[in-house]
Amino acid sequence: MAQQQKESVITPEMKKWIGVEGPPTIYEVEKGAIRKFCIAVGDTNPLYLDEEYAKKTKYGGIIAPLGFFGTPVSSGAFGQQPYEVSLKRVLNGGTEYEYIKPVRPGDTIISTRKITDFQERDGRLGRTLYTSSETIYRNQRGEVVAIGRGTTINY
Amino acid sequence: MAQIYFNHVKEGMELPVLEKKTTTRQLVQWAGASGDFNEIHYDKPWAEKTGLPGLIIHGRLKAAFLGQLVTDWMGPAGTLKKIDVAYRGMDFPGDTVKCKGKVVKKYTRGRERLVDVEVWTENAKGEKTTPGTATVALPARR
Amino acid sequence: MAKQVYYEDVTEGMELPQLVKHPMPRQLVQWAGATGDYNEFHYNETFAKVRSNLPGIIVHGALVCQFVRQMVSDWVGDEGTLKKLNVSYRGMNFPEQDCICKGKVVKKQVQGDDHLVELEVWSENPKGEKTTPGTAVAILPSRAKK
Repeated sequence: MAQQQKESVITPEMKKWIGVEGPPTIYEVEKGAIRKFCIAVGDTNPLYLDEEYAKKTKYGGIIAPLGFFGTPVSSGAFGQQPYEVSLKRVLNGGTEYEYIKPVRPGDTIISTRKITDFQERDGRLGRTLYTSSETIYRNQRGEVVAIGRGTTINY
Repeated sequence: MAQIYFNHVKEGMELPVLEKKTTTRQLVQWAGASGDFNEIHYDKPWAEKTGLPGLIIHGRLKAAFLGQLVTDWMGPAGTLKKIDVAYRGMDFPGDTVKCKGKVVKKYTRGRERLVDVEVWTENAKGEKTTPGTATVALPARR
Repeated sequence: MAKQVYYEDVTEGMELPQLVKHPMPRQLVQWAGATGDYNEFHYNETFAKVRSNLPGIIVHGALVCQFVRQMVSDWVGDEGTLKKLNVSYRGMNFPEQDCICKGKVVKKQVQGDDHLVELEVWSENPKGEKTTPGTAVAILPSRAKK
């Protein structure tokens, strides 16, 4: 038991950060950036690209595809950590987006992220740390437009 | 940022050298910023298949380096009027590209105080890979 | 755009039209430029092999997530709304190979005014391995409400 505790990569310093909201990140949603994003995905849906077309839809104008909240794109998993992790290799474990309101060009998206959980396991890659986080995206009116949840894997 | 004035400039005077230590990452960033996604700048097997010795630096990125060389030198009160460069030689990511310049002429035209600068990038062998010229307007004196 | 799908058209177990992507290194570099994720193992083969111990350049997980998202968005159409998408990065997709996005309706139910469908979604590599399994929830338009 004592030995297990010694080997844990989850330090008391890390645990202190659970639930602590990080500094806000501000993204501006530009039409050109949405276009670059769609070209990169290969998604040519005119809802994201063609104002005339988008005007006739229920959205009344261009919207950003789910997952785009301005550049740089946050995956909800990566971010600056205020603590040291002894396992230096990083992978993105997974992403979840809950879409609440459409994101439109001209919006300013303010996102805040917090760590929600740490888990460790001995897996295929050796000792592995799973860091769960949640990112809330709000627009310039303070409305929550989306919630992102992510898992970062350190090994 | 320091300001240089027209009366301090002499023909033959050299600009402070700007060294750029380039990386493949930087070329990918340039591709993203400029929209020039030609594979010869990041896909090594592709570049070699086209007969190049490896990945090469975008010519327009080197032109931007030379733009920075001149704008850093002329300071916030200077105005870059014109720059043109020729792509004569290849540079490769990982190389340090030395950006150099030299004043060739100072003159006035109307109320403008103008300086013509010869600019170029230099590789490790001392070859001028991107020669060009720039014209800047400078403030008279403090 | 394909024609609009309605809640009444959907049955549990029904498969979504596949979306097949074949990302080339250029697309990974476009993604890096569009997102600001310049991690080198997505375009620098030497870096991927030597520094990251990978078999080669790999496709960004978030890009594969977008491929899956596009498959769902294409299916729900302009009148449908994608509410939630969740994927796990379980395996790697490599450039110059097919990345096949698939989905299947798991459940349909009316909740208040919303006609909801729950989907199982995933991407496959050419070996048939599910590299990015996940779930999605969407609201579909109803013919009854029209």
